Amino acid sequence: MSSELEISFILNGQARSLIVAPSAVALSVLRDDFDLTAAKKACGEGECGACTIIVDGASVCSCILYAADLDGRNVQTVEGLDAGDTLDPVQAAFIETGAVQCGYCTPGMVMQIKHLLAENPDPDEAAIRRGLEGNICRCTGYSKIIDAVKSAAITMRAG
Amino acid sequence: MMDQIAEQISLIGQRIPKPDGAAKVLGRTQYINDMVLHRMLIGKILRTDRVHARILRLDISKAAALPGVHAVITGDDTPMIGIGVNKDNPPLKSGTVRCIRDEIAAVAAETEAIADQALALIEVEYEDLPAVFDPAEALEDSAPQLHEDKPGNVGLSYNISYGDIAAGEAESDVVLDETYDLHYVTHCCMGPGCVLAEFDAMGKLTIYSQTQYPYNFKMDLAPTLGIHPGDIRVIQPPVGGAFGSKLDVYPFEPICAFLAQKTRRPVKLVFSREEEFIASPTRQPVRAHIRAGAKKDGTLTFRDVNCLLNNGGYTSWGATVPYVMMRTFSGHFRVPNVEFKSTAVYTNNPFAGSFRGYGNVQATYVTATLMDKMAEAVGMNPIAFRLKNAQEPGEVTPQGSLLKDCALADCITIAAEKTDFLKIYAANAKVETGRYRRGIGIATSLHNAGGAKIHKSDGCGTILTMDDYARVTLITGASEIGQGIDAVITQIVAEELGVPMASITIVNDDSAIGPWDVGVHASRTTFIAGNGARRAAIKAKAQILAAASKEANVPAEEMELRGGHVVQSDNGVSIIRLDRLLRAMHFAGEDAELVMVTDYYEPPSEPEGDNHYGDMSAAYAHAAYVAEVEVDTMTGHVRVEKMTVVQDVGRVVNGLGIEGQIEGGIAMSIGYGLTEDLRIEKGIVKNPSFRDYKVATAPEMPEIAYHFIENDTPEGPFGAKGIAELPAIVPAPAIANAVYNAIGVRFDNPPITPEKVARALHGGQDGGDQ
Ligand code: FES
Ligand code: FES
Repeated sequence: MSSELEISFILNGQARSLIVAPSAVALSVLRDDFDLTAAKKACGEGECGACTIIVDGASVCSCILYAADLDGRNVQTVEGLDAGDTLDPVQAAFIETGAVQCGYCTPGMVMQIKHLLAENPDPDEAAIRRGLEGNICRCTGYSKIIDAVKSAAITMRAG
Repeated sequence: MMDQIAEQISLIGQRIPKPDGAAKVLGRTQYINDMVLHRMLIGKILRTDRVHARILRLDISKAAALPGVHAVITGDDTPMIGIGVNKDNPPLKSGTVRCIRDEIAAVAAETEAIADQALALIEVEYEDLPAVFDPAEALEDSAPQLHEDKPGNVGLSYNISYGDIAAGEAESDVVLDETYDLHYVTHCCMGPGCVLAEFDAMGKLTIYSQTQYPYNFKMDLAPTLGIHPGDIRVIQPPVGGAFGSKLDVYPFEPICAFLAQKTRRPVKLVFSREEEFIASPTRQPVRAHIRAGAKKDGTLTFRDVNCLLNNGGYTSWGATVPYVMMRTFSGHFRVPNVEFKSTAVYTNNPFAGSFRGYGNVQATYVTATLMDKMAEAVGMNPIAFRLKNAQEPGEVTPQGSLLKDCALADCITIAAEKTDFLKIYAANAKVETGRYRRGIGIATSLHNAGGAKIHKSDGCGTILTMDDYARVTLITGASEIGQGIDAVITQIVAEELGVPMASITIVNDDSAIGPWDVGVHASRTTFIAGNGARRAAIKAKAQILAAASKEANVPAEEMELRGGHVVQSDNGVSIIRLDRLLRAMHFAGEDAELVMVTDYYEPPSEPEGDNHYGDMSAAYAHAAYVAEVEVDTMTGHVRVEKMTVVQDVGRVVNGLGIEGQIEGGIAMSIGYGLTEDLRIEKGIVKNPSFRDYKVATAPEMPEIAYHFIENDTPEGPFGAKGIAELPAIVPAPAIANAVYNAIGVRFDNPPITPEKVARALHGGQDGGDQ
């Protein structure tokens, strides 16, 4: 194979490097090379948000991001939140408000909301809805996810 | 030992988070899509690009020679034994292809990239055959015939007749004659279709499946594979949504098994999203012609319904949705004379499967909008007209459904009161100018809420064991597909046994362990599996109390289980800690016993007999939903601002779960009514992506107000009824009625897209009826 690239980046707090094909997308690299399967491929076309991760503080669809573009970046996936004794406030709120059904959209939703609340710690209803617009959930009808954002925002502002 | 154990607050009706929630938010849940087994290969399917053609040549030699390819199979390698309702769909087609989905070859390779390359190397030559896409045209004598053994292209027919249509018509003051065209929509499970198959050294198949009916799945899968159903083990990892789409065997599943058999290695096959749109089942499209009458005083006189169903190339559950449709046409409101006829006609389109609501989505769209039209025709308001025709508790529908605790009139009355319906309705109707117009609309429906006896049994098996530490394992035949049955069963068992919910483990993912259940469908699981779990817990309790009675010399009737103890009922004083008692029972020498009980719950319902007559569910439920919309008359955009839900749920078991089901249903129904439209033109799916097929997103969700009617249905677990389909059924026609209230236009061809609204208001074709 010609022109394979070596990339180095921070993945959930750890420095990692690997060789990728120029055509490889970030989602496949995370799932296949790092066994980080929380981010899901539900469309592969940037249309559903199930693959959302955070790169340098911004939420992105990892299914349409070239892996090569991770070079030198700081990457966070849901797995990176799975540390310590307490759940992340967004994750805790998801459980308590009933925002999870099949769970397939959930990791992408959680990362999108992490980003949303980092940008705007006190979003109003309309801002929350707009912030979730790119993430499809076929099970919940979004109401409980919106509740989860509100409740997580309160927890995070308090603490 | 005089500990007093405080009385426990009942768990029933509480808001209980799902036990699988933590793993899911942490991203630890492993779906089949995420699974990797040792030496696993990737399977891929080659589908035809023709809608009706004879295969002249199919050359797999180049694909088979590609390094990394372990198998390439075609219909010549696999038996032509059909799957599906009419057994007309062989997993791999040879000879003729009949729709765009048709699987003609499959490969197993070491990587996805190699598998894709291999597919590209397969050479196919076709001779196109005349094709037919419209069910009415497919019935004509000159139409191409799709299946030799189905003359005239008739797939399935259903007919019922009660009373006398002519007599009903004769006494009518108003007769309406309407035709509805109900479109294709698809499930859009976020987890794409996926299966992983593996044969062991003894030739037995383990299949990791998304199925929502694992036990009959074995029965349906075995013949086409040529193996015994008993040699199939179905393992059900968590699924990314199902909604009815996994209630049948579809070709990719046996194909994956064939590949695993041939390669002697595990093979996983995952759909792309495009494939999911093209090749997974849809909701059944229906062309419904209805004639219906009423007297001047509002009394309904007759309904005469003719439905034409586009069956597509093969037959899955879609063709059987009239089974549910007819219950609504005949049984929703008091209709003295009813005829219903339906024909599912083979065409060269893709085919439909079961989809949440199962025919009642279509039937309710028709009946609920027709009730409004009829009310207007006889000069009554939509509420009074419905109340005039609402059944009373104890009435029996023409098809034999006993509406023992019928809450239809209550639903309508409460919905009207809570929304101030009549006032707002009249005010909206007066507004004839302005860009934004508001509308309010009501729709109601009836659905089975205590299972549905469409098979010989509608039962569910349960096994309950307790260990030496008073931990409970509850094995149920009922599947968790994201809907939350695990939480409901945990609550029910904890409630009966007085143990913490955290001490209960639900096992329901392995057909080699679980007892039989008919499947997750028909809003039946809380009712049927909930009853089974409760009965098993009651049996376990009886065994425990009998042992405690011996141990402590207190009559069993004077004791109960509470907070992990056996206590005296009158004062709550602990007699013995439950785990100690269980150990004492276990290590009792010759009298040793374990708590290990089984139950098979068969609901008291009957299969349909002649003329589709029978009380096929152990409970029925009604709902009335009121939609409030705003229509932008310039763009044609309809926004649902509020949905008021009034639903007879028997009893709320899990407050979070029930709202979650309702909200998800409303989102789906908003999609059905306003945005979702799988466009199939000349057999080709034109919009196989989320970009072009619009499901509801967060900004489109309305405010939702709830009013649950809780009358404790006698047969339900703690009085609960099944609830999860009505929310996907009732909102769309409520929205359509609200749109009419806003702009005075009817749309009998959902979805009500901005284009259709704008055309109806500003001219052009394909609008509604003014
Ligand atoms: S999978 Fe990336 S947006 Fe859908
Ligand atoms: S919980 Fe199933 S897609 Fe969101």
